Amino acid sequence: MSSLSEPLRIAVLVKEVPDTYGERHLDLETGLVDRAASDAVLDEIGGRALEAAVSHAEANAGTEVVALTVGPESAAEALREALAIGADRAVHVTDPQLGGADLGLTAEVLAAAVERLDADLVLAGNQSTDGLGGVIPAMLAELLGRPQATNLDAIGIGAGEVCGTRASDHGTMVVRASLPAVASITDRLPDPRFPSFKSTSAAKKKPIETLAAADLGVAVEDPAAPRSILISVAARPPRAGGMKIDDEGDGGTRIAEFLAQNRLV
Amino acid sequence: MNYPDDAVLVLLDLTPAGELHSGAAGLLGAAAALGSPVALVVTDPASGGRAAAADAAAGLGAVRTLVAESADMGRALTVPAVDALAAAAKLVGPEVVLVSHSIEGREVAARFAARAKAALALDAVGVTRDEEGVVVRHSAFGGAYETESAASFGTLVATIRPGAIEERGEDRPAAAETLTVEPSGLPATTIASFEGRAETSSRPALREAGTVVSFGVALGSPDKLALIEELADSLDAALGASRAAVDEGYAPQSWQVGQTGVSVSPDLYLAVGISGAIQHRVGMQTAKTIVAINKDPEAPIFDIADFGVVGDQFAIVPQLTEAIRAKKA
Ligand SMILES: Cc1cc2nc3c(=O)[nH]c(=O)nc-3n(C[C@H](O)[C@H](O)[C@H](O)COP(=O)(O)OP(=O)(O)OC[C@H]3O[C@@H](n4cnc5c(N)ncnc54)[C@H](O)[C@@H]3O)c2cc1C
Repeated sequence: MSSLSEPLRIAVLVKEVPDTYGERHLDLETGLVDRAASDAVLDEIGGRALEAAVSHAEANAGTEVVALTVGPESAAEALREALAIGADRAVHVTDPQLGGADLGLTAEVLAAAVERLDADLVLAGNQSTDGLGGVIPAMLAELLGRPQATNLDAIGIGAGEVCGTRASDHGTMVVRASLPAVASITDRLPDPRFPSFKSTSAAKKKPIETLAAADLGVAVEDPAAPRSILISVAARPPRAGGMKIDDEGDGGTRIAEFLAQNRLV
Repeated sequence: MNYPDDAVLVLLDLTPAGELHSGAAGLLGAAAALGSPVALVVTDPASGGRAAAADAAAGLGAVRTLVAESADMGRALTVPAVDALAAAAKLVGPEVVLVSHSIEGREVAARFAARAKAALALDAVGVTRDEEGVVVRHSAFGGAYETESAASFGTLVATIRPGAIEERGEDRPAAAETLTVEPSGLPATTIASFEGRAETSSRPALREAGTVVSFGVALGSPDKLALIEELADSLDAALGASRAAVDEGYAPQSWQVGQTGVSVSPDLYLAVGISGAIQHRVGMQTAKTIVAINKDPEAPIFDIADFGVVGDQFAIVPQLTEAIRAKKA
């Protein structure tokens, strides 16, 4: 672990997700996100976390930014994008046995990968756009025995600590955690830079290390570990539009009438 | 002390004023449908209101309320509540642990599940029991899919979407006891300061409101907010906003509806000058009735609106507010 003055190693969690601008589907047999049915992209919030890490690295020579993902082989694309944005290298944990991994198993795998990387700071988005659970950073912190500075609207990475403002349920907190720590950011942070042609070609030369669960010493089929299992999945019929009228000077009144007819006022 | 065999342990959030958070009724209602709700509240010894919180929990269905005091509550993030939940679970031996899917709640639940090596189910919109055990219902991709999950075995930890549960527990006699917590000593984030959100009005909370009035970036200026506020107040509605409106600073982040904001399912959702981008729709398309005002007849919000008016929000909204006031008078 680094002392105050040593440069940091930051592991940024990124994820390949279905593009939210398109239709997103669940496979009705497995209940998993149907990755073939939509375009896959680097999750927007992971991009913002990466931007925060890369801009810190630019201002603090020696900082190393490692993009880390657990995902199918195709997630290598998302890692290339992360490298183009400015990560120095990437780690891709991919294992057919991890398809459909629940939160507990995903967190275990990530924790093992972070330990192997010996990262001082783990930086993530507050929630992925496909899972929306918003708990992986907290679970990682528990498994690693680190403080968790999560859901930050603003972040500062400095002398042996990470700090920021946390958007909480009842207000805003100013929080501070000593490194090593786990932090997550919200979509109040800026978008990632758009990779230039030069950085995209440079990214092709940056290393991506590929690991399986066994390389990390994680037993995927541990019979002693309870898991959350999916037991059914059903598509709901899409919502249909109803009546649409042009405002002819009485639009407000017409809405009020609609509300009254439907006992909504 | 003995606890019921069918105990469901429920962690209840407190407001900064030390009162039960409004989501407590749904959490205890969900627990009562599965077994005997045992509530847990974690407070800082300096804050008052413990007895009142325990009474309130009993009124909402808790057969027993454990009160854990931690001097670190409010000073250290998440860990004190996880330590208390772990102590309570050890004592009670529940089959199910229910926690709110609030920002604070879901992280406590997740760390507890990681510590206890228990199965974790998130953002439930319903919990039921069948022959094989407890089944959790989820709504994925903004209600486009419904899934059900269960724990393969052992204790199930589930977070409940605020406002999603309509069941209510029955009023019980108050029964509070103090829970002693052994701190885990795990490093925690320090809360250096806290600034409560100024509750600008008596408007209902967004997640639980029966009616939501939302506006978009087309509002154009924070000065125009009064227009929307008057409409919301005429309907006793909560205020919501698109991300574009939040980005422009017309609304605080806590008002954001959608994929990266809050998900709502009110009886009525009134979308004013909102285009209806998919990321917004996933946060509101399970509303019972949707009404939209937009000057663009092609705006995607109309594809899901039960009643849509194509026109200028600045003309339609004041007229609508007046008409609603007149109907209510
Ligand atoms: C990963 C990701 C997550 C996102 N998460 C969210 C989220 O949680 N919530 C969210 O809302 N968005 C989210 N977005 C952003 C989303 O894609 C849209 O950009 C956003 O919802 C648009 O907000 P808007 O409707 O206010 O603005 P616009 O799309 O710009 O629409 C403005 C609308 O106002 C109408 N209008 C203009 N003037 C008037 C007038 N005088 N009267 C009536 N109508 C008028 C226009 O016709 C237009 O339809 C997310 C995007 C991404 C990529």
